[in-house]
Amino acid sequence: MASPFILDRTSVTQVMAWVLAALLPGIATYVWLFGPGILVTLSLATVTALAAEAAMLKARGYPAKPFLADLSAIVTAWLLALSLPSLAPWWLIITGTLFAIVVAKHLYGGLGQNIFNPAMVGYAVLIVSFPVQMTHWAGPNELTSVHLTLAQSATVIFGGDVPRTTLDAVTMATPLDALRTGLLQQLTVDEVMTHPIFGHYGGVGFEWLAGAFLLGGLLLWALRIISWQVPLAFLAGIWLTAGFLNFYDAGRFGPPWFHLFAPSVMLGAFFIATDPVSGATTPRGKLVFGLGAGFLTMAIRTWGGFPDGVAFAILLMNLCVPLIDQYTQPRIYGGADKEPRT
Amino acid sequence: MSRELFRFKGGVHPPEHKAESTSRPIHAAPLPKKLVIPLRQHIGNPAKPVVEVGERVLKGQMIAAADGYISTAVHASSSGTVAAIDLQPVPHISGLPDLCITIETDGRDEWVAHAPLDYQAMESPQLRMQLRDLGLAGLGGAVFPSAVKLDPGASHACPTLIINGGECEPWITCDDMLMRHHADEILQGVAIMRHLLGSTEILVGIEDNKPEALDSMRSAAAKLDFAVEVVKVPARYPGGGAKQMIETLTGKQVPSGKLSTDIGIQVFNVGTSYALARAIHHGEPLISRLVTVTGHVLRPQNFEVLIGTPMHTLITLAGDRDGTTGVLMGGPMMGVPVPNLDVPVVKATNCILVKSKELFPPLPKALPCIRCTRCADACPAELQPQELFRFAKAGDFGRAQEYHLFDCIECGCCSYVCPSHIPLVDFYRYAKGEIWAREKDKRAADLARERHEFRQFRQEREKKEKAEKLAAKAQAKRAELAAVPAAEGAAVSDADAKKALIAAALARAQAKKTDTAPKNVDQLTPEQLHQIEEIEARRTKIRELARKPLESEEKKP
Repeated sequence: MASPFILDRTSVTQVMAWVLAALLPGIATYVWLFGPGILVTLSLATVTALAAEAAMLKARGYPAKPFLADLSAIVTAWLLALSLPSLAPWWLIITGTLFAIVVAKHLYGGLGQNIFNPAMVGYAVLIVSFPVQMTHWAGPNELTSVHLTLAQSATVIFGGDVPRTTLDAVTMATPLDALRTGLLQQLTVDEVMTHPIFGHYGGVGFEWLAGAFLLGGLLLWALRIISWQVPLAFLAGIWLTAGFLNFYDAGRFGPPWFHLFAPSVMLGAFFIATDPVSGATTPRGKLVFGLGAGFLTMAIRTWGGFPDGVAFAILLMNLCVPLIDQYTQPRIYGGADKEPRT
Repeated sequence: MSRELFRFKGGVHPPEHKAESTSRPIHAAPLPKKLVIPLRQHIGNPAKPVVEVGERVLKGQMIAAADGYISTAVHASSSGTVAAIDLQPVPHISGLPDLCITIETDGRDEWVAHAPLDYQAMESPQLRMQLRDLGLAGLGGAVFPSAVKLDPGASHACPTLIINGGECEPWITCDDMLMRHHADEILQGVAIMRHLLGSTEILVGIEDNKPEALDSMRSAAAKLDFAVEVVKVPARYPGGGAKQMIETLTGKQVPSGKLSTDIGIQVFNVGTSYALARAIHHGEPLISRLVTVTGHVLRPQNFEVLIGTPMHTLITLAGDRDGTTGVLMGGPMMGVPVPNLDVPVVKATNCILVKSKELFPPLPKALPCIRCTRCADACPAELQPQELFRFAKAGDFGRAQEYHLFDCIECGCCSYVCPSHIPLVDFYRYAKGEIWAREKDKRAADLARERHEFRQFRQEREKKEKAEKLAAKAQAKRAELAAVPAAEGAAVSDADAKKALIAAALARAQAKKTDTAPKNVDQLTPEQLHQIEEIEARRTKIRELARKPLESEEKKP
């Protein structure tokens, strides 16, 4: 054993615990504005993730305790749960979580080895395979006539007998969905935005949720758990792309603030694109990664087949990480401005 | 007015633990019964012994001389008798024993004749030779021969001289204590350095966690007849590293693969400056130094210690305690574990840090790297430690080198901050070692190939030369033979000439054969002949046996 003989107190567990803590304002806001259903989704995803993690560790011959204690599986579970529609059926949650932990994480080599963000892989698999079930979003309490209790939410999620009318009264299209559908119906942005789902910046309720995720993200930045480059570049990528499009034709492209104040954007910018394992590592690389993800998100929202594109944008940028890192190597102490040879 | 400071990238703030060892005054450690003085205490060639076993030596007497330019002498730290010149355990990262001169002290501590040097009257090269013979080496940790560093060279002017009082490693306080109590002598050394290097700007960098040292050095500097700026620098590990101190004070970076003198800056540790002053003004060679003994001991403090003193005597002096889990030479960030406590204090020993389970809990097991880049944020060499780790682990040493592995200063910041507790520096040391070993192998292979190629070339050349020589000879002979019949007036055909040539050659060969025939068998006694016959018979038999297949081979189809 050689030097150094002392360590800073930080551990992977601590880093992950802070990430979970930083999600709490978002979760609290979620419960407050959209009802307690998300708690069921979060719990189910957590249990599934831990079980899958333990099983995979055992199968791969790794000790379960240190790796379960690192909390990374729970982070994946929560990020996926927060990306899913709040009233998504139980099997959807389990399928997505299993795919994230088993395939995206462990089949790629486990903690630290996955090329793609596991939560986003889980999400992508679900939205491609089960597009209909992925639209079961509960509307904000402010706009819905029926408010589900925790037990009622659980009943809905576990496929219990819920009157169709109740379900219809609870679910509604997300603001991004509403904008997309409206634009497809040849309405102008201004016409679409008269819909009650649209609030000050983003959607009613949704904008507050986005704000809560932003708050948690700033906490992570203040604690230096995430760097500023990725979130700022991601938000800049969205804002610049949306701003350019909106400036080009305000009738066909939504305003930049609306695109920015979506919960998916804030969650993506501060919690998902900042995933160190699947993200770029160099300072300039992080800027490229964030800008690229922001641009791709807007491109998918505008021209793609899905109402939101954060997951696909981040996965596509995950693909580019080795290339980005290689070509953005920083200058070293006393070194010339040059990347290493390929 | 305060100087504009620059911020070097990276660095960490480990707990300082400096106060433990600064509350007690400096004690002179007593003379031990036995001094074990290694010959390799500096960078460069080890010193060559100039004494013999059984010889009586005096304190300060040179016992091993510098060997070459990058080397420095070694001296007896006290008077006594040379008991042994052999391999002894030494405090070194390799853990291997090294050649040492053991002196049994006589307790009289009798000095060899020594006198101050009038350095201003001496020629610089001559003065540097004196410093080399006085055993001066950098006491900040690298122990590079000071005489070499004090040579600005023909092309290098050294306008800026930096005196490093950073002492950024946790626990260590010997430089702090030296500055508090010997500021005047340190600055006397600075005057000598200034004289040798021709420096016009002199800066003393001291971290802001040493206010007493700052005060003491400032008031000493105020008394000088030349300008020395004592600068308070923010405490941040490894701010006391030479490169980091240079950047903090001047904003300049030493180009990768170059020396600080290439940008007109030379850096010396305060301890070196003090030793230099003792050497010049008292004629004393480097035979003692300040050593911090701290950590898991009853009375952490600094000792003035003779080089060669066994470490256990110092730990006993400081009050050893139960529950010791190991001893480090140096600090917790870059120190090396000592193989046992009999190892001596050497010129590089700034600190003896006694570990316990409470002060140095065992490091947790490493988890996989999650590429969080905390290491990159902490790296003062501005490297990408996570990439170096990946390449080193995969054995991709070429890529590791492309990612500037050899710019790593092994300060330990990356390992310190790693949330996965990966011993990153171990991986870099391993990769560096592998690359050196491969380069050595490659050099050996290249040398062998060169030798082989040269041998082939030589054989070819010799063959060619022989052929040319023969051809020339034949030509001469032919001309000679042709000349004779020509003189006789008869035409001789080519075939005849050739025939004659062959006949002549045969005659020559015959003559040679008779010349070289063994003459010692001509007149032998019958006994000898008999012996020869017997030997010949045995040899024939052996030859036959050798020709016969082995039984085991016969059985095979």
